[in-house]
Amino acid sequence: MEYSNLISQLLKGHPRAAARLITFVENDIEAAEEIVNSIYEHTGNAYILGITGAPGTGKSTFISTLIKIYVEQGKKIGIICVDPTSPLTGGALLGDRIRMKQLFSIDNVFIRSMANRGQLGGLARATEDVIKILDAYGCDIVIVETVGVGQSEVDIFKSAHTVVVLLVPGLGDDIQAIKSGIMEITDIFVVNKMDLPGADKKIAEIQQMLEFKKNYKYDSKEISEKFAKIEQWTPEITKVNSKIGENFDELLGLIKKHKSFLEESGVISNYLKNRITNETIQILKYKLTEKVEELLNSDKEIGKYIDQAIKKSLDPYSMANLIIKMLGLEK
Amino acid sequence: MSKERKIKVLCCKPGLDGHDRGVKVLARALRDAGMEVIYTGIHQTPDDIVNTVIQEDPDAVMLSMLSGSHNAICPIIMDKLKEHGIDDVLVAVGGIIPDEDKTFLESHGLKGFYGPGTDLKTIVDFVKNNLKR
Repeated sequence: MEYSNLISQLLKGHPRAAARLITFVENDIEAAEEIVNSIYEHTGNAYILGITGAPGTGKSTFISTLIKIYVEQGKKIGIICVDPTSPLTGGALLGDRIRMKQLFSIDNVFIRSMANRGQLGGLARATEDVIKILDAYGCDIVIVETVGVGQSEVDIFKSAHTVVVLLVPGLGDDIQAIKSGIMEITDIFVVNKMDLPGADKKIAEIQQMLEFKKNYKYDSKEISEKFAKIEQWTPEITKVNSKIGENFDELLGLIKKHKSFLEESGVISNYLKNRITNETIQILKYKLTEKVEELLNSDKEIGKYIDQAIKKSLDPYSMANLIIKMLGLEK
Repeated sequence: MSKERKIKVLCCKPGLDGHDRGVKVLARALRDAGMEVIYTGIHQTPDDIVNTVIQEDPDAVMLSMLSGSHNAICPIIMDKLKEHGIDDVLVAVGGIIPDEDKTFLESHGLKGFYGPGTDLKTIVDFVKNNLKR
């Protein structure tokens, strides 16, 4: 096998092997398939921490402080920083390392920047695979920093054990706090830059939103099955100053508390089930889309359907059903 | 779509040198040429740079130096890369590099030497044409 050498080095904790394998899974889904197949049994030991928030809320600085504390505790940390790809040129500027400049020993800390390559949702296609590589590499904690999110980049909630959302004083009012999206998937709210005026007002706004949630429970069955992780946990809220590390003791306590909640309530099995289901759906979507695109571009029969659709004798829904038949996925 | 190889470039400023306008312009130009560019900021030690190369696995490293310390710092970076068995990465240095230093730097495996006023397209093409993998 092409990657077996690198994989055995990865399992011994060789950083360059980890880096090479990450490049392969980023660039080539077939390589990803082969690599994940070989390392999968060695994964499942890392705690996955998702960090998200709007651009400029201080995610990278926050993570830098977090790494320092975890390293002092003797933990091995992997960090994945996702930044956006240009929709125009396909290029990307990955600048998260600038804030993580403190010299961490390469034995304890592995930082990798990723471009999202056009994927919506705040992560890149290969992010799940990179988490697995860092897990197999021996990281105790894998921190995933998403693209600076707007409001609906919520994919991290499916991948991470604990989702931390960073907010800052003076950005958005109380209406922002009750909108859908990232505000609903958060396990721990952190008001960063607590030294700025308005930090306590921000906390009050979030608390009001959470009060409402306590009194009103969602009643759909589907919600409780799929989102038990959110449903049974009342989000915590705290404030920190990442630059000087102020109030991080409390934050670490909250992360621990959420971790114990997952384990003690049994919600963790629910989380694992949803995560694997979701991951499989993503892979299927990717593979099927490729098959369909291939078919659309090569099959003569479909060329005829398209002509018919242009002449209005066939509508796109009926055409889609015909294609499903051709693929053997009878409906 | 399934195979999507992107050129990945690391841009950095080694040593005590805060003049980062040039490297930022360069990073932007490489980004606009469709590359994935990592910028690490100023005051990078050779160890910082080598650690970043190991973790990020870039195809090229662009060192921007305007401080005059290129003859001292660049060979250290090249030696440390070699120690880690990294020989398939293009390493270029640019900024203020006097002509008389080029042979010395070349002998350590460095390339490029583009200075102020260079057409950005020249540097983009240079990266594309000199990759080692």
